[in-house]
Amino acid sequence: MIRALPVALSSLLLLAPALSPSDFYVNVATQILIAAIFALSLNLLVGYGGLISLGHAAYLGVSAYLTIWLVTRAGVGHLPAAAAAVVLTTAMSVLFGVLALRATGLGFLMITLALGQILWGLAYRWVSVTGGDNGLSGFDRPRPFGIDLASPRAFYLTTAAVFACAFVLMAVLVRSTFGAGLQGVRDQPRRMQALGWHVWMVRLVAFVAAGFWGAVAGVLYAYYNQFVSPHVLALTSSAEALLMVIAGGAGTLLGPVVGAVVVVMLKNVVSAYVTRWVLLLGLVFVAIVAFMPEGLVPGFDRLRRRRRRRTAGDA
Amino acid sequence: MSAEALRLEAVSKSFGGLPAVRGVSLSIADGERRLLLGPNGAGKTTLFNLVTGDLPPDTGSIRLFGREISRMAAHRRVHLGLARTYQVITLFPRKTLAQNLELALLGLSPLRWNPVALPSRRPELRERALAVLERVGLRAAADRRLADTSYGEQRRVEIAMALSQEPRVLLLDEPFAGLSQEERREIQRQLAAIPRQVTVVMIEHDLDVALSFAERITVLHQGQIIVEGSRAEVVADARVQEVYLGA
Repeated sequence: MIRALPVALSSLLLLAPALSPSDFYVNVATQILIAAIFALSLNLLVGYGGLISLGHAAYLGVSAYLTIWLVTRAGVGHLPAAAAAVVLTTAMSVLFGVLALRATGLGFLMITLALGQILWGLAYRWVSVTGGDNGLSGFDRPRPFGIDLASPRAFYLTTAAVFACAFVLMAVLVRSTFGAGLQGVRDQPRRMQALGWHVWMVRLVAFVAAGFWGAVAGVLYAYYNQFVSPHVLALTSSAEALLMVIAGGAGTLLGPVVGAVVVVMLKNVVSAYVTRWVLLLGLVFVAIVAFMPEGLVPGFDRLRRRRRRRTAGDA
Repeated sequence: MSAEALRLEAVSKSFGGLPAVRGVSLSIADGERRLLLGPNGAGKTTLFNLVTGDLPPDTGSIRLFGREISRMAAHRRVHLGLARTYQVITLFPRKTLAQNLELALLGLSPLRWNPVALPSRRPELRERALAVLERVGLRAAADRRLADTSYGEQRRVEIAMALSQEPRVLLLDEPFAGLSQEERREIQRQLAAIPRQVTVVMIEHDLDVALSFAERITVLHQGQIIVEGSRAEVVADARVQEVYLGA
């Protein structure tokens, strides 16, 4: 059963446009939701599969590039372009999964890092297709069913609807029989094999699911920014998502969402007031790792339980 | 049904040039209770790992009910009716006893690939888990986290997980290790209740309980079989007394 806290937080996020006095905060909320979908997708691997990837930006970036390239260079319509971007990126994740899952642990991390860096290099050097350093631009948001997605509020609500679907579907996945197996494979792969589970295939399915949701986030990223450059494929992009997952709490559903709120707020809001906001970001993460190494969501959960026990003890 | 449950022919395994199992040939009849004996380092657990597919053999053939399995993936062997327990308990401490059992039951069910089937909405899964826990006397503790149970209870859960898969061949790796006398008696009762159609191969150092269980005994020393036979034959064998009993 979905707990009340994630539902309440998601509802608050959905209310943000109505509460916000300016488009700026609507856009910040949109960025949070896109980052949250991306972090949730990575969480399938890191939190539930025990596979730490440093190349997850590959799916965000390739999907964003494909969406914009198909619309602006190939003349494909918006909906087929978005669908093709998700399908092709998911297909790429199958290939990358087969390669990366030849190893686990550090080996897996290094292969995902290498694959991500190859794509980043391609985006920089394959200028005729990717626009090189200049990226791809000239991309406008469409008006499906008369809804003008150029409006920050309309785009926010669209993003919120996709986020809600993504959150619920990922929640169902990790609570499903398959999800139980995925967590079992994370904790005791040898035992799971001895129980008849195809450990490699379980990991591959999780890898592809993570790639699929990363691609969905990539489509939203493309439509939000209306521009894509090699920056989206950079190691910092993958590392940022990993920080969101770890800071919020890997292996929890709400953790990556909280992590996305922290990172995007620091990047977009705090940076307006604090020049050295990156330093602040670093300090925040050091504090989280020092005081709540399991992440914010499990950390606060632990504090809440401790307080409840103390209160019960006093009574 | 084949009269032979498990057959190993000239199976060898080395680690970095150090032979752990050397040309082992073994035949275990369907429904037999076989004990693998041997001092530490004799290659008993390695032999189990070769049979289950945790390790690939360097050479040799392994047949399960006549089917060659030496190159078959480990998880596929489980689907052919092979189950095992481990010397060191490898369970899921954060999950409840029932959830541990559910993972074992799902391992052989097509349901394990279903990304939308919630275990909580599958009462039949829980009922089957509870039924197995009942067999090992742990039904009352079904909703307790494994981490909150005793070592002896965890051993029973290990055996229950293997039994829940209704195996045709069950490999037990030191099921009595680290247990108190009372816990040993409990495990003995459970092993005695295993249906006759299940072939059981056990590694055990506790000769009192192991000898009362086994019908035939295979003694390994330095990766090789030195003697195989009935309890009386093995106990009387001079080589066994020399290498194992220290006589």
